[in-house]
Amino acid sequence: MLEIRWHSRAGQGAVTGAKGLADVVSTTGKHVQAFAFYGSAKRGAAMTAYNRVDDQVIMNHEKFMAPDYVLVIDPALVYVADFTAFEKPDTVYIITTHMSTEELIASQPKLQGKKVYTVDCIKISQETIGKAIPNTPMLGALMKVSGMYEMDFFKENMIRVLKKLPQKIIDANMIAIQRAYDEVK
Amino acid sequence: MADTMELRDIEVWDGNMAASHALRQVQVDVVAAYPITPSTPIVENYAGFAANAYVDGEFVMTESEHGAMSCCIGASAAGGRVATATSSQGFALMVETLYSASGMRLPIILNVVNRAIGAPLNVNGDHSDMYMGRDSGWIQLDAYNPQHAYDLNFIAFKVAEDHDVRLPAMVHQDGFMTSHTAQGVHTMTDEQGFNFVGEFKPMNDMLDLDHPVTHGVQTEEDWHFEHKARQQHALMTAVIPKIEAAFDAFEALTGRRYNLVETHQMDDAEMAVICMGTSVETAMEVVNELRANGIKAGVVGIRVFRPWPMEQLAAVLKDVKAIGTLDRSSPHGTMGMLFNEISGSLFNTDTKAVLTNYIYGLGGRDLTKAHLVGIFNDLKANMDAGKPTTPLQQYIGLRGPKLSFF
Repeated sequence: MLEIRWHSRAGQGAVTGAKGLADVVSTTGKHVQAFAFYGSAKRGAAMTAYNRVDDQVIMNHEKFMAPDYVLVIDPALVYVADFTAFEKPDTVYIITTHMSTEELIASQPKLQGKKVYTVDCIKISQETIGKAIPNTPMLGALMKVSGMYEMDFFKENMIRVLKKLPQKIIDANMIAIQRAYDEVK
Repeated sequence: MADTMELRDIEVWDGNMAASHALRQVQVDVVAAYPITPSTPIVENYAGFAANAYVDGEFVMTESEHGAMSCCIGASAAGGRVATATSSQGFALMVETLYSASGMRLPIILNVVNRAIGAPLNVNGDHSDMYMGRDSGWIQLDAYNPQHAYDLNFIAFKVAEDHDVRLPAMVHQDGFMTSHTAQGVHTMTDEQGFNFVGEFKPMNDMLDLDHPVTHGVQTEEDWHFEHKARQQHALMTAVIPKIEAAFDAFEALTGRRYNLVETHQMDDAEMAVICMGTSVETAMEVVNELRANGIKAGVVGIRVFRPWPMEQLAAVLKDVKAIGTLDRSSPHGTMGMLFNEISGSLFNTDTKAVLTNYIYGLGGRDLTKAHLVGIFNDLKANMDAGKPTTPLQQYIGLRGPKLSFF
């Protein structure tokens, strides 16, 4: 069982990102689950979304999760959200920030000694999609760090997932995914 | 003619999306709706299908849930295939009209995305609304995941519209835990889905002007009792065989098997938990882990909540020594519903199992695997002692001091 927790603000697309990832993974014959906690959340409120991936049918519906990956798509949440909750010794963090990994760890000591990767999904999405929607670039970074799928396969499937959007937006998302894949450190 | 939608064999859908596609595929004539969280996307998606020509029927926006069900009642009496969706306070507002629908023998399908009932206001999943409907005369089917939410809609239409049944049916799924959780859902083609249910066959429809009928009459003590008795007779005798036949036909078509009572590892189980919704599947996973340690635990899930499968439950529970009934609704002043119903189902049998009750998950509070392991530890102690070693009703997952009664 692979488990992923997203930390986001409502409106940044974590739910869409989690569901999009689940859709892509499902095409490979694996079983998936994507869900979120948002209550009656307002845009901008801190929230979490979740993915489970397994070779077996996923029967577990508990919300509790000790994640293998933590994806933080809003830069401020590493200071205000409990993003290390229920971490495991080998939990991997991929964090959106304009800082270098070293600068980030210096500013947030909870990350010391952890497997931490950084990428500026906010900047990438602003420069490509034209809006701060950091969800798809984070998936590009996850593909790089996890080695889950080849980039061509992933992008091909993301085009299908995003098919209801205008072509220009789909193209911009593909550039954003590739940039995050290339830029994550 | 509605456009056909091409679906992949497995779509990654949440429970709401699954239910909306089922409504689309059976080609409902009238969906009258007033949206409420967490069931909103069912009718929102359906309205999208209607606007994009995937649906021939009417989509009617009403002023309230009371109005939505009232409109459904009118459309069903007129002679159409009818469905809607609701949750929580919206369900509560519908209650008056739910009794009208069942009393008038109108086969309306209501998707209930189970949610807590305020106060305090809470949009998350528990079973308060489902429990509120249990004396309303509707058939109630319970989904544990998005696949079930899809499949059980087809079962519901097929059973409810059968002329030997003619009763409305609810398809329940857990708010957020199913309704907003995306999982792989095996789909049917539009043609397969529609053909499983078939063309709607009206009965005593008001639009059959050559055969005028009256719906919604007044009966006082002269006939009211006989009328309610016939309604109960249909619910108690006609429905279960039709559901079993529909489950068989559905298995033949899709390979997916449903049962009145779902069981997991019950053949040699010494102790069991009984629950509904997503908790059934989480409990199954816990039981698999306990079995690996040699603990003979099992799970019983209620699939058909109304009519209550009393004989089937008595049969699956006859050899267990300890039973935990898990209710996701505050019983306010008594034991949980499942405790009481299971007690009633076992009282005249030879079963001497120790029976206890757990209240959990109100307002969406997580039921963790660790909670379930704790419950099975209690049941083991009860089994070994041959009597309750805990209070009869305990609250699980509650913060602060432990709470228990009796």
